[in-house]
Amino acid sequence: MKFMFIVKSAHVGPPPPQLMEAVHKLADREIKAGRMLDNGGLMPLATGAQVRIIDGRLSVLDGPFVEAKEVIGGYAVFELQGKEEALASATEFMQLHKDLFPGWEGTCELRAFAPMGP
Amino acid sequence: MTAADAHRAILAVWRIEQPRLITSLARMLRDVPLAEELTQDALVAALERWPATGVPERPGAWLMATAKHRAVDHLRRRRMLERKHEMIAAEMDEEQLTMPGLDGALDDDIGDELLRLIFTACHPLLSSDARAALALRMICGLTTEEIARAFLQPEATIAQRIVRAKRTLSESGLAYETPHGAGLSERLSSVLEVVYLIFNEGYTAACGEDWLRPQLCNEALRMARVLTSIAPQEPEAHGLLALMELNASRTAARIDAAGEPILMLDQNRALWDQFQIRRGVQALERARKLGGAGGFYALQAAIIACHAEAGTAAATDWPRIAGFYAELAAAVRSPIIELNRAVAVSMAEGPAAGLAIVDHLMREPALETYHLLPSVRGDLLHRLGRHQEARTAFEAAAALAGNRREHDMLKRRAAEAAAAMSPIRSAAMAVRKSSDF
Repeated sequence: MKFMFIVKSAHVGPPPPQLMEAVHKLADREIKAGRMLDNGGLMPLATGAQVRIIDGRLSVLDGPFVEAKEVIGGYAVFELQGKEEALASATEFMQLHKDLFPGWEGTCELRAFAPMGP
Repeated sequence: MTAADAHRAILAVWRIEQPRLITSLARMLRDVPLAEELTQDALVAALERWPATGVPERPGAWLMATAKHRAVDHLRRRRMLERKHEMIAAEMDEEQLTMPGLDGALDDDIGDELLRLIFTACHPLLSSDARAALALRMICGLTTEEIARAFLQPEATIAQRIVRAKRTLSESGLAYETPHGAGLSERLSSVLEVVYLIFNEGYTAACGEDWLRPQLCNEALRMARVLTSIAPQEPEAHGLLALMELNASRTAARIDAAGEPILMLDQNRALWDQFQIRRGVQALERARKLGGAGGFYALQAAIIACHAEAGTAAATDWPRIAGFYAELAAAVRSPIIELNRAVAVSMAEGPAAGLAIVDHLMREPALETYHLLPSVRGDLLHRLGRHQEARTAFEAAAALAGNRREHDMLKRRAAEAAAAMSPIRSAAMAVRKSSDF
């Protein structure tokens, strides 16, 4: 089963180097274990833009977006046996944040890919 | 959380941590089967403890400490090599007092040990069934019950298979060894064979069966990704990964809503997983860069890649596919590969060229009862307008077909050929596009 992990936080600013190092090690282990298929970090929301449909009309909005609370900072795609394994994996990832980034608050949302086909 | 939920949550943590646990214990004990057994004890301890206490914050560290404890106990009991091991045991006791932190645990590079684990589980001395069961248990962390369900076997059969395999390894002195040099690639082929066997077991699973059966494909893919990361210099490991990724990319398109299989050329290509195709093509490129373009798995992957990269069935590069089949047939003498080559040649050069190869195969004793031989022959004859002969071939194929659905389809084709025997229809049929393979 394929899962996407989406990491969101209201926190701005770079994470401490120890966390980055630990996350890289974890990602390396997960890739070598054949579970992680893809991952990536995203640039700050302020550098992005949004194309919206409001009142039936297209409009383009450039960042920053004042109303944004939790912002997506990165994602990863995993091939896992099921939701339990996804939860175990996401918990391990968030435990690293808890240990190495005191004060940081955020969410790791895990979502299964919808199956293709009939 | 119900007891069953807690159980599943623990098994999930277990699957993530298990390779590191077994490899660490194997290093301590110099015995892979024993390490596996003691690691299982740690799982049993977690299953007893965690439902009451909840999963600890650092489950990996907890499992590692528990497993090492068992190993130390074991070493003490056996008093192997007396004092020397007493000292090791004392050091380990100390190590346990300072439970490793999460990021500390991530520092262990287990590559070599993991390779040893995989080579041990897939030792050529073991039957391929035993190798598959051991690999799923030791490398993928599946339980005996899960393996039994995936292979449609009673749990007791699988349990016995695993016990016997471990005993064989221990009694033959193969509990802790890593092949080097020439032995490595020979042993690797035994590993790849098992991985592919596991994949195919999952790939042939019907829709609606226990989800664990198709899951075998993912387990095989996972094992191949592990192999390519710890033995990145082995082209055939990349070749097999490519072949499996490319085959698995068609999963969603392989059956219709009623659960009936759809032939590759008739599949809806929008349902092919492009993400997976890219991974397969990348793995194939790595195999080629390592000089493995002519490998058994890489060549099969190359054939599937031709299909995967064609936007429509009509755009398929058949001459290229026929070329890969020729290479494959030169490397491995197999009448089934030759039959596939005949089909590709007929698509590339026309039915007469394909028929020449097929007629040659008619003398092959290994294919005497293989229904696809007369079935392919019937199709080629039909395309050549030789309907009387086509009908005879389809009838022969129907008589040999093992399953009802195929039998009925071949009977229909025989009837079609018979109907085409009138001169006007036969002219129309001869120019008909041949997309029936």
